[in-house]
Amino acid sequence: MIEVKHLTKKYGSFTAVKDISFTVEKGRIYGFLGPNGAGKSTTMNIITGCLAATSGEVTVNGHDIYEEPVEAKASIGYLPEIPPLYTDMTPEEFLYFVGEAKGVDPVHLDVQVEQVMEKTALTGVRDRLIKNLSKGYKQRVGIAQAILGDPEIIILDEPTVGLDPLQIIEIRDLIKELGENHTVILSSHILSEISAVCDTIIIISHGRIVASDTIENLTASADGRRLITLDIRGAMDQVQDALAEMTDAVSTTVTYGMGGCVRAVVETPAGTDMREELFRLFAKYDLPIVEMSSNDVSLEDVFLRLTEDRAEDEEDIPGIREAEEALTEEAEVAGDETEEEEDSPYYDEPKESKASKKSKDEDDSDDYKPLFGGKQ
Amino acid sequence: MSAIYKRELRSYFCGMTGPIFAAFLLLITGIFVTALNFTSGYPGMEAALSSVIFIFLLVVPIITMRSFSEDMHNRTDQLLFSLPMKLSSVVLAKYLAMVTVLFLPTAVMCLYPLILSFYGTVNFAAAYGAILGFFALGCALIAIGMFLSSLTESQVIAAVLTFAVFILMYLMTGLSTLIPETAGASLAAFLLCAVAVALILYALTKNTTAAVCAGAVLALGIAAFYLVNASAFEGAFHDLLAGLTLFDRFSNFANGIFDLASLVYYISVAGLFVFFTVQSMEKKRWA
Repeated sequence: MIEVKHLTKKYGSFTAVKDISFTVEKGRIYGFLGPNGAGKSTTMNIITGCLAATSGEVTVNGHDIYEEPVEAKASIGYLPEIPPLYTDMTPEEFLYFVGEAKGVDPVHLDVQVEQVMEKTALTGVRDRLIKNLSKGYKQRVGIAQAILGDPEIIILDEPTVGLDPLQIIEIRDLIKELGENHTVILSSHILSEISAVCDTIIIISHGRIVASDTIENLTASADGRRLITLDIRGAMDQVQDALAEMTDAVSTTVTYGMGGCVRAVVETPAGTDMREELFRLFAKYDLPIVEMSSNDVSLEDVFLRLTEDRAEDEEDIPGIREAEEALTEEAEVAGDETEEEEDSPYYDEPKESKASKKSKDEDDSDDYKPLFGGKQ
Repeated sequence: MSAIYKRELRSYFCGMTGPIFAAFLLLITGIFVTALNFTSGYPGMEAALSSVIFIFLLVVPIITMRSFSEDMHNRTDQLLFSLPMKLSSVVLAKYLAMVTVLFLPTAVMCLYPLILSFYGTVNFAAAYGAILGFFALGCALIAIGMFLSSLTESQVIAAVLTFAVFILMYLMTGLSTLIPETAGASLAAFLLCAVAVALILYALTKNTTAAVCAGAVLALGIAAFYLVNASAFEGAFHDLLAGLTLFDRFSNFANGIFDLASLVYYISVAGLFVFFTVQSMEKKRWA
């Protein structure tokens, strides 16, 4: 359906998207996931022909988006990040306009507009000017114009932004329904949203694809591993010294915690329980553990790790079938330090130090920072 | 294409822009026709129109300023880009909508010679020829205004820019008389133009080498031509400006001459700037 090959987009000296390649197959729901500024919108704008790529090519149903834009765009319905609405029109007028502009057969236009308005629950506001509608309704008009004309591929850039929880559920149901007969690509920086509706997740970070797989496979990659979080009363270097003895741990992280404690997060391999071992270890060093909890490694942790700022991370997650282009790019990636510093979505950069006996690369991958109202 | 044309036209006439434009144009025309034709008893409408054309300076920016600036500001340009149609169709649809807005008051003006014919002998050919020239001049100015609107997201900047360009064009022949008609002055003016071309090229491409090369080639060409035939430069710059002017060309129509060359010139300018607008919008995607 859609083939994206070696797509690169530069804004001046800033590279927003770096050599992205992927294929979108018919009848599936794809989720573009990544922190803010990862390049999701840029990629979508390029696929829909709103933006030209610096290099690379996009073909939609065999039509190149630059060579044969009319044919390629005919099979795409697109909702950009900011819904493109003529606010001096009513939703009904606007949908008639978009339908005509998309070349929908005038005989079917009435029925189509009616159907689309019902699907997006716009019938109640059909005669109000769009400028007087709330953000949620504007978003729905945006979705309505995207699905109007029954395009084979529907691309939605952050479709649930600005909607209330009930509307979010409605839109999710709508996307699932659309996914039965259409190919849907949607983007979000919210993991739960993507995992609720998508078949395949494409995780983008700093303009590159870091993972592209089904939810099952991504979750399986972390299967059985556990995260043990410890609050220890003691000095940072003491804790680090103690943890240095934990040779079996997959990874360990030490940060300053609450109330003068040091927080250590230890990731344990599948099928082992290290809690007792940790207790004895810290007892040996005379470091009191004030709190200890144990959690499964979740999809969220996988996502967080994949979108970490460090380039080395990708190879360290076993079981994840990575997009090959991301793998073949180690050399280029190494030179990207400057960009990786910008816009970390995490609100507090922990002062970290590593105490793992694993390889140097792996060390870098293991600071878990709360993104979704996590442990802090 | 028709969908965009209809939407644009609708937005001109659902809002205030279209009616104000038409009313203002008709008001000013009415004042001049009353003064020249009814009060002074002159039967030709052409002279009145030649006094009216200055009003294009004010009213054309009103309709052209929003054509693309508004879309870029509201991000509706993304919708236009993602629609399955060529960018040239989008630009043409918007252009034709604005031309239609101009056409409506012009069509009303076509009644004036008929009304005048009740009171005297009217040369219909000259009157309608002048109205056609008036309309063509308007179309050319609208194309220039649309192009300037496609350069900026801000409607205010678009309007001011358009107004400034029109003022310069309106005064161009008058200003050019300030330049002495000697060959040396013409040479200096042409060389200044070469520098301006180089600067514009640099602003568009940010490529110093290309801009300097183009400027140098132009300047050297002009200088070489001057060395070969200096006498050809006498008054040449003045003649060039007089040839390029849009407004002054209307004087032939006002004198009852059907100036086909000027008509073709107006249409060419309109076509050129519609093309420039397409390129300017295309460039937005490559930003």
